[in-house]
Amino acid sequence: MSRIAVLKGGRSLERQVSLRSGARVEDALERLGHDVVGIDVGPDLIRRLREEVPDAAFVALHGRNGEDGTVQELLEILGVPYTGSGVLACTRATDKVLTKHLLLEAGIPTPAFFAFTQTAFRELGAAEMLPAIAERLDFPIVVKPSGQGSALGIKFARTPEDVPAALVAAFSYDARVLLERHVEGRDLAVSVLDGAGGPEALPVVEAVPREEDFYDFEARYEIGRTGFICPAELAPGTTERAQGLALACHRLLGCYAFSRVDLMLDRHGELYVLEANPIPGLTDTSLLPQAAEAGGIDFDQLVGRILELALERAAGAPA
Amino acid sequence: MSSPQQPPPRSTSRDLERYARLFASRTRVMTSSAMRDLMAITARPEVISLAGGLPDTSTFPPETFASVTAKIAEESCAKALQYGPTDGLDETKGCIAEVMAAEGMHADHEDMVVTTGGQQVIDLVTKTLIDPGDVIIAEGPTYPGAVPVFNAYQADVVQVDMDSDGMRVDLLEETLDSLEREGRKPKFIYTVPSFQNPAGVTMSLPRRRRLVEVANQRELLVLEDNPYGLLRYEGDPLPPLFALDGGVYVMYLGTFSKILSPGIRLGWVVAPPPVLEKINLGKQEADLCTSTLSQLMVQAYFEQADWRDYVGSLTEIYRSRRDSMLDALAEHFPREAEWTRPAGGLFIWATLPSYIDTTDLLARALRDNVAFVPGAAAFLDGRGHSSMRLNFSGCDEDRLREGIRRIGEVIKEQVALYSTLTGEVAAVKVEVPGTEIEGGRLVELPRRPARSRRAGGA
Repeated sequence: MSRIAVLKGGRSLERQVSLRSGARVEDALERLGHDVVGIDVGPDLIRRLREEVPDAAFVALHGRNGEDGTVQELLEILGVPYTGSGVLACTRATDKVLTKHLLLEAGIPTPAFFAFTQTAFRELGAAEMLPAIAERLDFPIVVKPSGQGSALGIKFARTPEDVPAALVAAFSYDARVLLERHVEGRDLAVSVLDGAGGPEALPVVEAVPREEDFYDFEARYEIGRTGFICPAELAPGTTERAQGLALACHRLLGCYAFSRVDLMLDRHGELYVLEANPIPGLTDTSLLPQAAEAGGIDFDQLVGRILELALERAAGAPA
Repeated sequence: MSSPQQPPPRSTSRDLERYARLFASRTRVMTSSAMRDLMAITARPEVISLAGGLPDTSTFPPETFASVTAKIAEESCAKALQYGPTDGLDETKGCIAEVMAAEGMHADHEDMVVTTGGQQVIDLVTKTLIDPGDVIIAEGPTYPGAVPVFNAYQADVVQVDMDSDGMRVDLLEETLDSLEREGRKPKFIYTVPSFQNPAGVTMSLPRRRRLVEVANQRELLVLEDNPYGLLRYEGDPLPPLFALDGGVYVMYLGTFSKILSPGIRLGWVVAPPPVLEKINLGKQEADLCTSTLSQLMVQAYFEQADWRDYVGSLTEIYRSRRDSMLDALAEHFPREAEWTRPAGGLFIWATLPSYIDTTDLLARALRDNVAFVPGAAAFLDGRGHSSMRLNFSGCDEDRLREGIRRIGEVIKEQVALYSTLTGEVAAVKVEVPGTEIEGGRLVELPRRPARSRRAGGA
């Protein structure tokens, strides 16, 4: 039995989702016989961790501070073993622009894009480039904040006139945004879980929005709003290709223990990686637990495996 | 078989399917939302929240509270701890009659049901009248708290635009005509005529009269929601719809939440007897009766103190807060923004240029520790994205001003960014005083196709 601190909540916009992930993880850890301390992450985080002296921290945080390497850095300094990817992988994966550049360099398909900071518009006259960008990406285009994990702030621009308002919205969440060619098609997610023989891709999940024309923030976290098909029914070879891309992405970013890679499958059967999530949701409606289940790993086993991997990494780490 | 059997380990597999397939179809529309998740963050202490609809309960004298509870303990302890009649205690109904009389209404005790807050009235009326797909007419924007209720009963809500004189009754009639051509008739019209939540506007007397006429001619029920009628900061009181109609087609929703306390959860409904009978049955099934303790507290309070004095003190405080917020809006919001000037109640409704989405703006504003309700929460038809509801009753004047200043900064930032993106000259000029606002100002509601880009004001 170990003493495990479950880090959850925090100040990120995904606080509620994280609280749900955290609560579910706590239950699982208790069923596994651990001594569990839930910590709603705030200014007293360091003090709490010093008081509680946990054997490991289960990071069930999503979004800013929790998923972007910030908390991971603090845990490194404190010497507390923690679950999931390390500082570098978190930093890479939560920066969509950086991720996409790395993907391109590695030859992993990702939709064409351009990225800008507010400064580029304010100080470098980037607005004059917008018509040229629009021409090169084809409408509709997707405008999204670079660093926001969920679908918050993601807008469709159907015409060039939609672009400025979509940019204003995306800049509400991050100082950097990206404009991306919209890939119309099927919404797939492949979760990756490290095992004895290295990372393994779990069965592919397809998200099918029931009403909305876009798998939005609401649909993503609500029971009943989105239909999930797992394993996704795909043409022969497509599943393997999607899983291969997810594994390549997981390795490329240096993710550890688990991750979820979101992809689009277009009409012609081409796959594109949209983004990778170093701490995907662990709620009842989340995709990783569904995929694990379809792969024969129930939630308790999933949580147990993730914890073991954290302890292994800590044990094997050079002093 | 005496050997202790291990219970089967609780499987965590298929959690989603296990519960989701048991859900009623109505839960499909009982949804959480990004906005709700954002609103959860507004509760943090460092956030200046102009989002709630909270009365300032710190203004209630603790010694009065103590003497009220002491009186109950001495005189009616057993009764306070017991169940009560579903329709409410007679003593409480006496207090309700007094409150209604203060606004020129008369209602008999047998025509009232005491409820668990005004919110329960919305639920019970909707439950009583609405089958899935039935039409409810509401104002656009409407009370955000009514939206999930209407959704849960799978109502088809048609929202009628408002201006500074409240619901456009001419548009209401057009809507009724067009529904009739489709062979449809609304079950009821939901309205907050005085100091509307969220728009802050008040329905004019001619429109009140006309609405009552329309309801009578077309035999339509109206649910008049009147939580703020007594919180008037200027001008002469207007008769409630219920007073004009005499309770034939108008059902009346009252509450102690804004004139006494929302924590005691005490509201009431007055409705025509056949409707009230069903409401009563619905209430019995929902919660048997409203808290007896709360009801006796109201009675004891009405006996010990003059409730009008307390409402009078609230009116003074809120008037001053409203004025502070209006001043702050004029000082800190850019000229592209417009807002209503409520003569009472708790809310101001502000509308920004159509290119600003207030849900995204809220995410940005939360980084500066300030919150409001995004306008989309007040619509069921996808409008309201450029508007916001601002509450002025829940914070002291310094915090109100600071909250408006912070929101104003964020709006200006987005206006300037948009100007940069479109190559238009920034229209923000801090030194320009806010647009002159008068009682007759229109409530500008965002229309979906609208794309009004303003040329620079320089």
